Amino acid sequence: MGQQHRNEKIAKIFFLITGLIAVASVLLITFFVFFQGLQPFFPFNKEGRYSFWKFISGLQWKPNDEVAKASYGILYMIVGSLFSTLGAVILAVPIGILTAVYIAELAPRFVVKILQPAVELLSGIPSVLFGVFGLGFIVPIIMKTSPYARGQSLLAVILVLAVMILPIIVSLSVTALQAVPHAYREGSYALGASKIHTIFHLVIPAARSGLLAGIVLGTGRGIGETMAVMMVAGNSGGGIPTSLWQQIRPLTVNIAMEMGYSSGLHQEMLFATAVILFLFIFGINLILTKITAKLGDVDVKF
Amino acid sequence: MKKIMACAMILTLSLSLMACGGNGDNSSQANSSKQENSSKQEESSQETSGQETSSTTAKITGTATGSGSTSVEPIIQQLKDEFEAKNPGTTIEYEGNSSGSGITAANENVSMFGCASRELKEEEKAFGMTVETFAYDGIAAIVHPDNTVSDISMEDLKKIYTGEVTNWKELGGNDAPIVVVSRENGSGTKSAFEELVGFEDALVSDATIAEGNGNVQSTVASNPNAIGYVSFTYIDETVKALTVEGVEATDANVKNSTYKISRPFLIFWHEENMNEVAKAFVEFMMSAEGQAIVAEKAIPVTD
Repeated sequence: MGQQHRNEKIAKIFFLITGLIAVASVLLITFFVFFQGLQPFFPFNKEGRYSFWKFISGLQWKPNDEVAKASYGILYMIVGSLFSTLGAVILAVPIGILTAVYIAELAPRFVVKILQPAVELLSGIPSVLFGVFGLGFIVPIIMKTSPYARGQSLLAVILVLAVMILPIIVSLSVTALQAVPHAYREGSYALGASKIHTIFHLVIPAARSGLLAGIVLGTGRGIGETMAVMMVAGNSGGGIPTSLWQQIRPLTVNIAMEMGYSSGLHQEMLFATAVILFLFIFGINLILTKITAKLGDVDVKF
Repeated sequence: MKKIMACAMILTLSLSLMACGGNGDNSSQANSSKQENSSKQEESSQETSGQETSSTTAKITGTATGSGSTSVEPIIQQLKDEFEAKNPGTTIEYEGNSSGSGITAANENVSMFGCASRELKEEEKAFGMTVETFAYDGIAAIVHPDNTVSDISMEDLKKIYTGEVTNWKELGGNDAPIVVVSRENGSGTKSAFEELVGFEDALVSDATIAEGNGNVQSTVASNPNAIGYVSFTYIDETVKALTVEGVEATDANVKNSTYKISRPFLIFWHEENMNEVAKAFVEFMMSAEGQAIVAEKAIPVTD
């Protein structure tokens, strides 16, 4: 008896420890990023001080060893990150959900057998390969029509990101749609509704929270993507994008591209960029989780 | 509470994904090589006595580590192959990242020596490392092979990169916009190019920024209106190197200092961090034989 009791206790402690690892990681990362990234905005920082307002509203990123000559503005990167993610989501969500509906509800068996593994394979492709694909295929096509005679652009980023987040949206949506109880559909058919009517008025609303979860994860991936985006964004040093043809420099790219080279205030400003990125991902997840929760509660209506 | 936890978990997930793309493996590599260093140093210190005078003939074994500029990497690779073949039992590990991190790594003994493709800054000289120039490199201004422009002055280069000149026809080329390609902040090639051409911190803000020499080369090779700059080692048939004020971008012209866009390749170290292998490697690098290898990729310091 005593032996069993002890084993039980040890197991519980073990589970507690594994649970704490995740929490500790979040706290450590948060602390580390914020500690490094907020330093430049305090007057006593030994690497030099930079105004937070200038940082958050600046339209130019130009590091310099002399603090007085440097400008570390990231507003144009925030805008670039938002536009590209938004564009990708707008493109990928309808395509993704409709693909999922086809796989889950309409497609004949042999088509599902081809389509589903293809989507899963797409989600397994490393992001650098999406970048290579974008650089070798999408960029040259855009170059031919762009008024700036180059293909690296907001449009290229949107297209690459859309392809990248598509499989996430599809696979989560398929799961959500398949989880809708079969009795719902049968009830709908019994009332004389057609298959398409049932899908759009019953199955999709019933699977709403699962579909939104896919969109949340897709958005997260889009805003956090680095490698593929770096290869097609153009990564310009300043300027808010006013058209799809213009280049952008997403927040993630700014950090990844320069971290290896930076020192002093420059490096701290990169951490500050990470703080903003962090807040963004946190904020987006919070908003979307709220929406998901709210919509998930709503009853299905005909 | 549940929602907050879910958020936090998604957050960690996305952050860890980001970290994977970054320098995660770099640091682990550096760590492992550091450990290797210390154990190898112990080994070699046991057998060093009496070797000082005849280090070229005595048999040495062990690992030397270096890191730094990627521009230097092809040369180090060649030197390493030759050196390791001549001295069985030795290994040279070179990690190419950037001049800046090479300097930090050598100073903090993460690697024994570092290499840079630019002159050291004042604060970096203050680290008190021994510095040797082992080669010179030229930076070539490259355009697409179809571009009709084939010569450029330093002044026009400056005007292109500061956005004063934006169409090829102003330079006698086709009526087409100039697509300016530059490198990321902190790149040794970038700072060398900006300093040599004379437009520090004045790069036109809509320039395309490519990461690394290879990306500049492929960006220019795929766009008929692009101009970029790369180390000589990255010139090939996919791009056309412009002559600068009539002088062709060749090693000979860098050495006789008629070609204007050139820079030194440095190797530096703290004496106390060097093991026998690292010392022998530097010695080999500066020898006639080593310089002959350097000559295959860059411009050697000795004739």
